[in-house]
Amino acid sequence: MTTATDRPATATRMLSVRGLHKVYESAGRPTEAIRDLTFDIAAGEMVCIVGPSGAGKTTLLRCIAGLLPPTGGDISLEGRPVAGPPKGMAVVFQDYARSLFPWLTVAQNVELPLREKRLPKAERHRLVERSLEAVGLADVPRSYPWQLSGGMQQRVAIARAVAYEPHILMMDEPFAAVDAQTRADLEDLVRDLWHRLGITLLFVTHDIDEAIYLGRRVLVLSGRPTVIMEDVAVDLPDERDQLGTRNLPRFGELRAHVYELVQKAKRGHRPENEPDAGASGAVGKEFPA
Amino acid sequence: MTVFSPRAAAPLARSATRRGTGRRALAAARRTLVVLGLPAVLIAVWWLVSEEYHSFYFPPLREIVETFGPTWFEGRITGDVVPSLTRLLSGYALAVVLGVVLGVLIGSSAKLRAFAEPVLEFFRAIPPPVMVPILMLFFGIGTTMKVIVIATGAVWPILLNTVEGVRGIDPLLRDTARTYRLRPLTRLRTLVLRGASPQIFTGARQALSIAIILMVISEMFAANNGLGFSIVQFQRSFALPEMWTGILLLGLVGVLLSLIFRAVERVVLAWYRGQRQSQRGGNR
Repeated sequence: MTTATDRPATATRMLSVRGLHKVYESAGRPTEAIRDLTFDIAAGEMVCIVGPSGAGKTTLLRCIAGLLPPTGGDISLEGRPVAGPPKGMAVVFQDYARSLFPWLTVAQNVELPLREKRLPKAERHRLVERSLEAVGLADVPRSYPWQLSGGMQQRVAIARAVAYEPHILMMDEPFAAVDAQTRADLEDLVRDLWHRLGITLLFVTHDIDEAIYLGRRVLVLSGRPTVIMEDVAVDLPDERDQLGTRNLPRFGELRAHVYELVQKAKRGHRPENEPDAGASGAVGKEFPA
Repeated sequence: MTVFSPRAAAPLARSATRRGTGRRALAAARRTLVVLGLPAVLIAVWWLVSEEYHSFYFPPLREIVETFGPTWFEGRITGDVVPSLTRLLSGYALAVVLGVVLGVLIGSSAKLRAFAEPVLEFFRAIPPPVMVPILMLFFGIGTTMKVIVIATGAVWPILLNTVEGVRGIDPLLRDTARTYRLRPLTRLRTLVLRGASPQIFTGARQALSIAIILMVISEMFAANNGLGFSIVQFQRSFALPEMWTGILLLGLVGVLLSLIFRAVERVVLAWYRGQRQSQRGGNR
């Protein structure tokens, strides 16, 4: 079993975002959502993105997912520029109730993308069974999503993403709408899946604790128009558990640090080396272009 | 990739209503009573009142029932009922296909919608029977004319409801379909048609009653057989009990078709009913 610490530090570049700029045109008045974002994510990394509400987190994720064309800048995934939803990527949205097909059973929901990949039947069934088992839903393949609790529905969405065998998995505040208890379980589930599958994970959240608990790296975004406040490395031990990790002194320090950054961002503070609108300055420090 | 480990199975959150068989039978009996109660009362009142009410135009129900068999089961089933139903079902099928195909096209494109909607609203506002004389000029008085009358009249509710249904498909579900790179045909089948199916069925249900009306009207205008034709013939020849049997038969045909429709809807939209029930019952 490979763990994150065994992985080579100089892993290949999975995702590269260069000078991303996004302006919404609404009712004739342009709104600058993202001013300039530049960062890289290496293969096998677990990166969390936090920021105050309205920081353009979802916009960023939708741009990377190829669902929203950026106004400027480049995004490339595994070396290929993103124009439209790329191959090898899965997204788990916050609103699980709206992202599952209500007319398909749990198993059919998970299987649908695999059919589209034209996988043979036996292979599809194996993947569906395994991924449902991995999220603890092996007993409800024939149920419909709306027959399940919110936490279980989000597990179905995660199982669907996992069965798809993506190289990069992106999650947009996936646990914002589930209760605290379920949330802790799902966080551990995501860590566990990340460990076992060796995929790259990009996790957007507004919850600072969650970001630090999950991530190896936390990108803190400023308020609108968005730039990166700081790229925080999470130097916590790789084996994490809800009680122990959250009680570590280092966890507290990191939380205080990120909390302060987010508070600053809320007050409209901008990083000192903020690039001008439209310019592409390299902010990500781990992987200079 | 390493091996998945089994996790603790989460409890099944299914809302199962478990009742005793006895209670269920009782409930079914009560439902039957509720459904059949009013018809039984109405028939009884009609039967008794018409027996005493000596009018040429309102023959006793007893006489109507006695006439029913000889009128319809001695040749008219194949001679009139089957041709009528064939026209009805062909016209209706044409309306469903046209309505869904055009509805999906128009519903999928905001530009096309803005372009076509005023025209559609206009055509929908025209009472369909008005078109019968005009369509007779183009298609004669044969079966083709009747099928086209039924189709052109019944297509509007299906078309407009399909447009609404396609437009109302959740954008997040569309995004999901896009991120998993579903192919256009899969997207049409699994996302668009299923997503719009509740509205398609609403339109199709309205269209069914319109289609029946148009079948009768088109046969009353010009025909040499059919239910509408027979009823008009009976009326003109003052065969009043026979005319009433035709009206009863039309009602029965309508009820039967709507029962079949509901049975199909029950199966196809089972998910929709369940989803709405679970939403009403709170977020489980």
